[in-house]
Amino acid sequence: MIPVCRLADLPRGEAYRLESDPPVAVFHTDDGEVFAIDDTCTHQDASLSDGWLEGCEVECPLHASRFDLRTGSVDAPPARLPVRTHQVLVEDGMIYLALSEAPPNLPPCGVARLCGGAA
Amino acid sequence: MRTVAVVGASLAGLSAARSLRKQGFDGRLVLIGDEPHRPYDRPPLSKEFLSGAVGEADLALEGDDEDLDAEWVLGSGAVALDRGDRSVRLADGRSVRADGLVIATGAAARTLPGSEGLEGVHVLRTLEDARALRDELASGGRLVVIGGGFIGAEVASTARGLGLEVTVVEAAAAPLAGPLGVRMGGVVSSLHALHGVTLLCGVGVKALSGRRRVEAVLLEDGRSLPADAVVVGVGARPCVDWLEGSGITLDNGVRCGADGSTDVPEVVAVGDCAAWYDPAAGGHRRVEHWTGARERPALAVTALLSGGTAAQQPPRPPYFWSDQYGVRIQFAGHAALADSVTVEEGTEADRSFLAVYRRSGVPVAVLGVDRPGPFTRRRRQLSSTAAAPPTVAPAAPMSSHGP
Ligand SMILES: Cc1cc2nc3c(=O)[nH]c(=O)nc-3n(C[C@H](O)[C@H](O)[C@H](O)COP(=O)(O)OP(=O)(O)OC[C@H]3O[C@@H](n4cnc5c(N)ncnc54)[C@H](O)[C@@H]3O)c2cc1C
Ligand code: FES
Repeated sequence: MIPVCRLADLPRGEAYRLESDPPVAVFHTDDGEVFAIDDTCTHQDASLSDGWLEGCEVECPLHASRFDLRTGSVDAPPARLPVRTHQVLVEDGMIYLALSEAPPNLPPCGVARLCGGAA
Repeated sequence: MRTVAVVGASLAGLSAARSLRKQGFDGRLVLIGDEPHRPYDRPPLSKEFLSGAVGEADLALEGDDEDLDAEWVLGSGAVALDRGDRSVRLADGRSVRADGLVIATGAAARTLPGSEGLEGVHVLRTLEDARALRDELASGGRLVVIGGGFIGAEVASTARGLGLEVTVVEAAAAPLAGPLGVRMGGVVSSLHALHGVTLLCGVGVKALSGRRRVEAVLLEDGRSLPADAVVVGVGARPCVDWLEGSGITLDNGVRCGADGSTDVPEVVAVGDCAAWYDPAAGGHRRVEHWTGARERPALAVTALLSGGTAAQQPPRPPYFWSDQYGVRIQFAGHAALADSVTVEEGTEADRSFLAVYRRSGVPVAVLGVDRPGPFTRRRRQLSSTAAAPPTVAPAAPMSSHGP
């Protein structure tokens, strides 16, 4: 289990980005639940911790695909693959993470930023 | 309502079809598109697809196992609408009768009069356009982009990344002044020079020269720019010719209410072809952005299925993004309404900042340059204030994703 941060330091409605490889986004929902998913959108190189949290879903900040924080499933393209979810444990006011062993669904190659257009 | 026909099978049409099923419509659903392709995504056409980073399979807009239980009529466009029995006549002579109609025919790239038939001159709207341009760029050389709007700027950025020598010609004094305002338009356009692309502003194009193939772009001020290829990025016009005479009011697109309803019952319009009433801007605006074509059809479908009686939230403020030279540009709201712009995070000089546009102190728009996190927070706040918009005077025409 990896310690993430104190629950008190992650207000409801906010996200924390853990700089692991690949990075993980930890969300504290308005209902007080804590979820963790891979931070990188499965479509392109956008950070889901920058996204729009609504209930148990986060909307990608770039092209608005929505991911279910509980299952990782995506509602509609442009993203077409689910995002990997991780197990979360809150103990003594501390958030811990068990990284998933499934392969992540990372975007082809950080598409827009690295391949397209950068001169 | 037993049959709904969606005319235009791209992002807005597909989003409407999805919303119809999601909102419980279980009748016959017909999608009519003049392109032979299943719906594909256009933004990558000037970016990752053009650079070769992604292929055609990556452009698909449908999910792998998505099934809308719809009839797809592809490869033949609508040529007329008979308002009497709401039947859509197709180019190949067939006709589709429907109880409800969603107009989603989008927009087509404007061309430069006199450039037709000249080899090496391109526009960029369709997959075929993008394939042709991608092949052209592969031979390198000198590219002149006419129009410094978003599509022109993205093509310049991609071509530069592929090693071409690129010049952008913009007729206005500052590019992107419509969508971003003069100051921020200038800041964003300064990316060109930083990456070795020449930007010429305030000068129009007089003609293209060349016999069979383009050789140069002649400017109004007498200069001549040698060119191996030219991209014309001078905006798009709504594809609504087929609705002439149908009784539907056309005024730079299909004129719609704030929920996509037209002045003909059981007919709604969505996406780039539709000019919805925008309460914040105090007028009808055609929003040529991806997110509008993706989100607004849900509202239009609710209006269609309820006969316009459903009370609805106004759409979220217009939002678009653009990727140029590896920099992520995001914008939401209406720049034309603003009387001030302030940089609230980062600096313009670093090309990484957040700028807030205000009118009488109230935020009306936000621009993020490589600041996705803070941008999303601001965009959210903008949406919640947009639900109760300040009363403002009609603004200058809002510009679109085209130049
Ligand atoms: C190169 C490019 C890059 C872009 N990049 C961005 C970006 O970075 N960010 C952003 O926000 N937006 C971007 N956009 C804009 C975005 O793609 C459009 O807003 C979006 O495609 C609009 O969707 P639509 O379905 O309304 O129209 P369209 O995508 O234009 O689709 C309309 C469809 O209807 C068909 N049609 C037309 N007439 C008829 C007829 N009579 N009968 C049947 N079918 C017909 C057309 O062939 C087409 O398939 C970009 C656009 C282009 C072209
Ligand atoms: S980057 Fe997330 S939907 Fe495109």
